Amino acid sequence: MSGEVVLQARDLTRHYPIRQGLFRSDAVLKAVDGAGFDLRRGQTLAVVGESGSGKSTLARLITMIEPPTSGSLNILGKEIVGASRATLKDLRSSVQIVFQNPYASLNPRQKIGAALEEPLLVNTSLSRAERREKAEAMMAAVGLLPEHFHRYPHMFSGGQRQRIAIARALMLDPAILVLDEPVSALDVSIQAQILNLLTKLQDRLDLAYLFISHDLSIVRHIADEVVVLYLGHPVEQGPGKTIFDDPRHPYTRALLSATPVADPLRRKERIVLKGELPSPLAPPPGCTFNTRCPLVFERCRVEEPKLRQVAGRDVACHACG
Amino acid sequence: MTDILREPAIADRRPTGLRASLSEFWYYFSENRGAVMGLWIFVIVCFVAIFADLIAPHGPATQYREALLTPPVWQSGGDWRFLLGTDAVGRDILSRLIYGSRYSLFVGCIVVAGAMIVGVALGLIAGFVGGVVDTLIVRIMDIILAFPNLLLALALVAILGPSLTNAIIAIAIVQQPHYVRLTRAAVLGEKQKDYVTAARVAGVGPWRLMGVTILPNCLAPLIVQGALSFSSAILDAASLGFLGMGAQPPTPEWGTMLAEAREFILRAWWVVTMPGLAILIVVLAINLIGDGLRDALDPKLKRA
Repeated sequence: MSGEVVLQARDLTRHYPIRQGLFRSDAVLKAVDGAGFDLRRGQTLAVVGESGSGKSTLARLITMIEPPTSGSLNILGKEIVGASRATLKDLRSSVQIVFQNPYASLNPRQKIGAALEEPLLVNTSLSRAERREKAEAMMAAVGLLPEHFHRYPHMFSGGQRQRIAIARALMLDPAILVLDEPVSALDVSIQAQILNLLTKLQDRLDLAYLFISHDLSIVRHIADEVVVLYLGHPVEQGPGKTIFDDPRHPYTRALLSATPVADPLRRKERIVLKGELPSPLAPPPGCTFNTRCPLVFERCRVEEPKLRQVAGRDVACHACG
Repeated sequence: MTDILREPAIADRRPTGLRASLSEFWYYFSENRGAVMGLWIFVIVCFVAIFADLIAPHGPATQYREALLTPPVWQSGGDWRFLLGTDAVGRDILSRLIYGSRYSLFVGCIVVAGAMIVGVALGLIAGFVGGVVDTLIVRIMDIILAFPNLLLALALVAILGPSLTNAIIAIAIVQQPHYVRLTRAAVLGEKQKDYVTAARVAGVGPWRLMGVTILPNCLAPLIVQGALSFSSAILDAASLGFLGMGAQPPTPEWGTMLAEAREFILRAWWVVTMPGLAILIVVLAINLIGDGLRDALDPKLKRA
């Protein structure tokens, strides 16, 4: 459980300027604000939150598709904020991503073999035969058949496509794999297969997973650490078991109570949040959750809560102790 | 545990490769009867153009002084030596049409190739790079498109001097904005997709991203546009020829032939009608092919 730290994020923020027309000043959309966590080899860090909470932006920051606005992001001991192009190019191959929708993430005009070989072709100087050998080995590792090598993506089912996407992400031997809702577009029966595959690969290759999801039953199943995001702010983070057994932040509690449990005898109290996610362009002052929080009191509307240690995890809440 | 990793290993025997995709293409293409007919006509015209020397009964410039303005065989006064009659200086119209098909196909090929290469390259860059480059390219194309096609081609030929080569250059310049727009729109759509991001994360550089990742996914509308602009290139070349700005007499180019025959339109209908019919048939055939290509290549029209 205590592998080497491969990814260290501190106070990571990503703001987007939004033009509001000629005569109004630009607004700032804080997609991610103050995220900080460690990711260790062989571990799974789950990022959960509803739509618009900044999960996918976080994925884009960590895969270096977009630069963070501020904060620090350290990958394999190298700082990437303000790093040179060469450093970024070197690090790029150590963080790879698997997307949510396997129907959009594979190039429709590229054969599977070519898709798997492409990362090697552009990043290494392996010969054609070596590339092919590696691609075939990877296909076997993710459960694809050798004859799939010359097929186009449209000939595959969703589950098979996701296997292909995983294989492609692993071709460069990355240390970190960002999984952006990797199973939410799949049938439930296929979800289990893909999750098992991911677990196996993690054990074998000692991978660090950043697992983005809104499906808490899956997160409970595979996460070592959990970060709960609300409007770009981490509201509760810590070991998965601790959080799932005893959630402290009112938002986490509401999320967990909304997860269906396959046990008809267990009666659960469902916490229903009122209202909608506030506009990220105009977040409420103080705690961003104060418009929907059942425990809200005066201080929440004025002062933004900082993450502090409570019972083995970090919580950003004035009310919970 | 391993059986969870591996899906049931049913051997996958579906055909792949070029032949399979070609047969699928032909399946959809042949649903359109007109397109198949157009393709046959086009193949015949190509054959005729290539073997013109063997097929044509007379030379394109050979004059028969004793047979000026001979009508076609089926009319009284027709001569079996000249199936479609002769023109005002005694040249066999059929032979001239046969040799003329060479010019038409040549014009079509060169114009489409030139306009497509330049247009696709500009469109790719505009769509992919965006920003100032995009605005600049698109504005220039808008300016070209703001002129009526033929008028701009005429002006260009007037500057360059009338000849078939200059007509080809002018027509290619007039046509390539269509390719730029089409490519740019397709690139803008594809650029957002996850597979492009995935390639970027895998370290694929911008040139490869443009040419290898994105371009093949934008090809279908470009092929259709290529077929349709092939026919409009032939038409434009004929129009320029008719206006005296394209191929110069005695070249047996169809448009030029029309122009030469203008004064005999009341006395000898065949001199004008035959080249006109030739243009009509070839352009119609290619347009039909274009429609068939659209049916076969546009996934939105495909029945699953």
